[in-house]
Amino acid sequence: MTTRPHDRIRDLVLVGHGMVGQRFLEAWAEQPAARAWRVTVLAEEPRPAYDRVHLSSLFSGSTAEDLTLCPAGFLAEHGIDLRLDDPATAVDRDRRLVRTRSGTEVRYDALVLATGSVPFVPPVPGTDAPGCHVYRTIEDVDAIRADAETAGTGVVVGGGLLGLEAAGALRAGGLDTHVVEFAPRLMAVQVDDGGGATLRRKIEDLGVTVHTSAGASGVLTGPDGRVRGLALSDGRELAADLVVFSAGVRARDQLARDCGLPVGRRGGVVVDAHCRTEDPAVLAIGECAQAADGRVYGLVAPGYQMAETAARTLAELDGERSGPAGEGFTGADTSTKLKLLGVDVASFGDPHGTADGALDVLYSDSRSGVYRKLVIGADGALLGGVLVGDTEGYGTLRPLAVGGKPLTVAPEQLVLPAGFAGAAGPVALPDDAVLCSCHNVTQGAVRAAVRDQGCDSVAAVKKCTRAGTGCGSCLKQLGTVVTEELEAAGVSTVKGLCEHFAHTRAELYEIVRVTGLTSFTELLTRHGSGGEGCEVCKPTVASILASLGNGHILDGEQGALQDSNDHFLANLQRNGSYSVVPRVPGGEITPEGLITIGEIARDHGLYTKITGGQRIDMFGATVDQLPVIWSKLVKAGFESGHAYGKSLRTVKSCVGETWCRFGVQDSTTLAIELELRYRGLRSPHKLKAAVSGCARECAEAQSKDFGIIATSAGWNLYVGGNGGMTPRHADLLAADLDRETLIRTIDRYLMFYIRTADRLERTSVWLERLEGGLDHLRAVVLDDSLGIAAELDDMMARHIGGYRDEWAETLADPERLRRFASFVNAPGAPDPAVTFVPERGQIRPARPGEAGRTLDSPVLVAGARLEVLTP
Amino acid sequence: MTVQIHDGTRWQTVCTLADLQPGRGVAVLLPEAGQVALFRDRAGTLYAVDNLDPFSGAPVLARGLLGSRGDRPTLISPMYKQVYDLTDGRCLDEDTAPDGAPAVLRRWPVRVASEEAAA
Ligand code: SRM
Ligand SMILES: Cc1cc2nc3c(=O)[nH]c(=O)nc-3n(C[C@H](O)[C@H](O)[C@H](O)COP(=O)(O)OP(=O)(O)OC[C@H]3O[C@@H](n4cnc5c(N)ncnc54)[C@H](O)[C@@H]3O)c2cc1C
Ligand code: SF4
Ligand code: FES
Repeated sequence: MTTRPHDRIRDLVLVGHGMVGQRFLEAWAEQPAARAWRVTVLAEEPRPAYDRVHLSSLFSGSTAEDLTLCPAGFLAEHGIDLRLDDPATAVDRDRRLVRTRSGTEVRYDALVLATGSVPFVPPVPGTDAPGCHVYRTIEDVDAIRADAETAGTGVVVGGGLLGLEAAGALRAGGLDTHVVEFAPRLMAVQVDDGGGATLRRKIEDLGVTVHTSAGASGVLTGPDGRVRGLALSDGRELAADLVVFSAGVRARDQLARDCGLPVGRRGGVVVDAHCRTEDPAVLAIGECAQAADGRVYGLVAPGYQMAETAARTLAELDGERSGPAGEGFTGADTSTKLKLLGVDVASFGDPHGTADGALDVLYSDSRSGVYRKLVIGADGALLGGVLVGDTEGYGTLRPLAVGGKPLTVAPEQLVLPAGFAGAAGPVALPDDAVLCSCHNVTQGAVRAAVRDQGCDSVAAVKKCTRAGTGCGSCLKQLGTVVTEELEAAGVSTVKGLCEHFAHTRAELYEIVRVTGLTSFTELLTRHGSGGEGCEVCKPTVASILASLGNGHILDGEQGALQDSNDHFLANLQRNGSYSVVPRVPGGEITPEGLITIGEIARDHGLYTKITGGQRIDMFGATVDQLPVIWSKLVKAGFESGHAYGKSLRTVKSCVGETWCRFGVQDSTTLAIELELRYRGLRSPHKLKAAVSGCARECAEAQSKDFGIIATSAGWNLYVGGNGGMTPRHADLLAADLDRETLIRTIDRYLMFYIRTADRLERTSVWLERLEGGLDHLRAVVLDDSLGIAAELDDMMARHIGGYRDEWAETLADPERLRRFASFVNAPGAPDPAVTFVPERGQIRPARPGEAGRTLDSPVLVAGARLEVLTP
Repeated sequence: MTVQIHDGTRWQTVCTLADLQPGRGVAVLLPEAGQVALFRDRAGTLYAVDNLDPFSGAPVLARGLLGSRGDRPTLISPMYKQVYDLTDGRCLDEDTAPDGAPAVLRRWPVRVASEEAAA
């Protein structure tokens, strides 16, 4: 048995419970040596470690709890004594004691400093006036937010990463926002002149005013002592009610300085590759340390690497390290990829081309706001780069640059934005990624099926791998991979919609629009390849005809093209019954309306559920019951909710200003207005929308095809959001719009989408694919860059003018009603195969093998009666 | 003009030709034999197959769409969109239903009035 070098419990003291401190505690807890140590953490802040990187999300509705980094139970589990709100004030290295503000003394055998940094506030007069802020902690955010409520104009001093984040937060809070930057460009550390100029233009487009080559020379205050403006070094004065200083950070190394430990010339406790200071019992990590390469890192990833290094170094003392010692921490890659004020910015490797013989390859398009530069070494290897506006490829370029790998493609292909002829394609999915989650089929398995098992179509691949035979949501991706693989094998594939049309949906739309053809047969004969058509082209043409306003969707030949749901104006359920969803605009419904729906559901024995779209769904109707149910709904003033159509679904709302104490605009009224405006609009895929009354975003507008968030000055319009299978956060298209401009912009956005999107392509995917992206969209709908705005407006006006409730119109016409019979030879006979069993006081479809009952129409089976039916 | 289906024992008149919209189907209840999905395509040909969808177990095929794949007339299930060859009733996407049975629809003889229609 080996004797341990120490047999008493020893004391480890950590000063600072920030991001790096917490990571250190986690890494330390994993070391077997940790069992012989007692850990005390001295923290200055009033709460445990939280995610500072996402501090700005507090402005968009996240709470302090959302940001916490210290999982519940973590401290107790590891016996860590965390002392909040009691910072260390001095270190006595001779006696190995740390003194705290409350006057206690804590002994240590090992001390780890993780005190981070403080925002740098330039030494000019007035910076302590009320209205001046820094931006580092949750308390800072609270203070900025409180001031912003009454402020009209905010100035951020500092145009680096943090400054732009702060500017984004002020902007989102509805302030007229200015950024003052000392350097001649924004983000001087990460990007070059060209990138900085592109970034500046994009940010100015969002309404933020940028002043470069100007510093703050003093804060101007009013008679009440509060901030009223900022004096600039170039002599100008900016009016401001609020100033945020975000001009860099300084390492918090005072404790080390005071106890005689060496610090770097520009600050930072000097440590070696093992994160040890000159005193072997004291370590320093994170932003307060100057690493072995002489740099002070202001990013969290290098801090985390130091945290792990320090945990290993301490374990080494006990000879009980778990994991390799490695070479410690000798420096880190500072590549970054961010979205600042909605603008994508990435910088990696050596973005400034400082190496000898380094050359630039550059693509810049000021119109669309894209700037892409690669730095290439004398030997042809990729050294680094700057990407602004389009960061496609960052994922592959960064490792290439960091690894100093030679390029296998010509660099000019890599700077072209995705979608350009000649541009290298997007980063491919790895083959082990699961493509179909229903059947757990990887992309590799799909490729192998095409390559090795002779599958030459999606149908064949489905048969052989089962991919795509579950929920079907992976079919689009499956199609892409199969096509790619076939093309790679030299098999020619058709780009069109299906075997009947070589056109895309957008091309067909144009054909129908320009020729005015309304007959599918004629379209198929003249422009397609003949035959009968199929489940792809028929509903697509039906949707195009409906988008272009060709009367009732069930009339004439159109009726034969509709998908099953549209054909019965209801949603097919798993046992062959249907669900009924009346429109509830904005989710607002009267007690009378609720009672009517309740009565109808009760009388027909339907299952009711509140949907995720703020309305009520009634399930279990058979085809022949649909007209009876709808005649009652229509009589009570309800309309079709189009839950079955590729068309507008719901415009969700929050109660907004009318009731909510935080609301700044009447979101409910706007949501209702928008839902009524766009109801019945047929589109390439379904459309969902929402309106929130303030930035707390209770209506979840940023996950919608179009979402609106109220600001104190108007409405912010977000587009291209998606929930569902591939969630996408919506992009801010325009800010602070008045009602009229907002509606006009949405009109054009929707009509432009309907005109150019692919079949079953949600706005999220369409926007990702749209050449020129958000900027192009903005140019089309706001500046009429394509000269089609009047046409789009006109089409929307025609849609609105031509809207009729589909169900009311169906009920009024016996010809349209004929299809609602369970059996052509036994009208009125209910379908004996559609059966139900009771569950929780309502019905549900009987499962295979379960004896159920039919719902004889109309019959009362709700409530207590159901229990009697239980087998 | 009426449409008749042979239920295995005799021809039954089930509807008129005008009841059938080209490209769409109707469900027919045969008291002895269960449910049949009856279609007419745009060329005028009639098809009758089982109404039961082997993949969902729901009687819904009559609500599917007619189509064509190459020269073969097809029926697409409204539930999970499997495609069937109407000339032999076989599913073109998958050989077997989830219960292991072959995914083949029974075809029923069908005709207009008394003359034989293509089936
Ligand atoms: C009823 C409801 C679930 C519920 O019980 O709450 C529902 C039910 C269905 N959803 Fe949904 N979705 C419902 C809200 C949602 C939401 C939430 C929302 O709208 O806020 C989402 C995510 C938001 C989004 O779409 O971005 C949602 C994402 C989907 C998706 C995935 C879409 C995507 O882009 O990935 C599908 C599949 C599709 O459309 O291809 C889908 C498809 C369906 C279908 C149509 C599947 C089908 O073909 O049978 C379901 C039939 C509805 C029916 O029978 O009435 N449903 N579905 C909700 C009806 C809302 C309404 O009042 O209209
Ligand atoms: C708004 C914002 C956005 C950012 N965005 C990014 C980003 O996108 N990417 C990125 O990599 N980095 C980003 N950063 C930087 C990142 O947050 C820091 O690199 C990281 O937090 C450093 O961790 P740390 O533990 O060293 O310091 P901190 O997280 O600052 O923690 C230090 C802690 O020590 C406490 N302390 C100080 N002195 C004492 C004392 N004497 N006694 C007790 N406690 C003390 C402090 O109160 C603090 O809680 C951002 C920072 C901010 C503010
Ligand atoms: S309900 Fe509406 S107004 Fe109120 S907090 Fe939520 S989003 Fe803001
Ligand atoms: S994910 Fe492939 S079928 Fe559902």
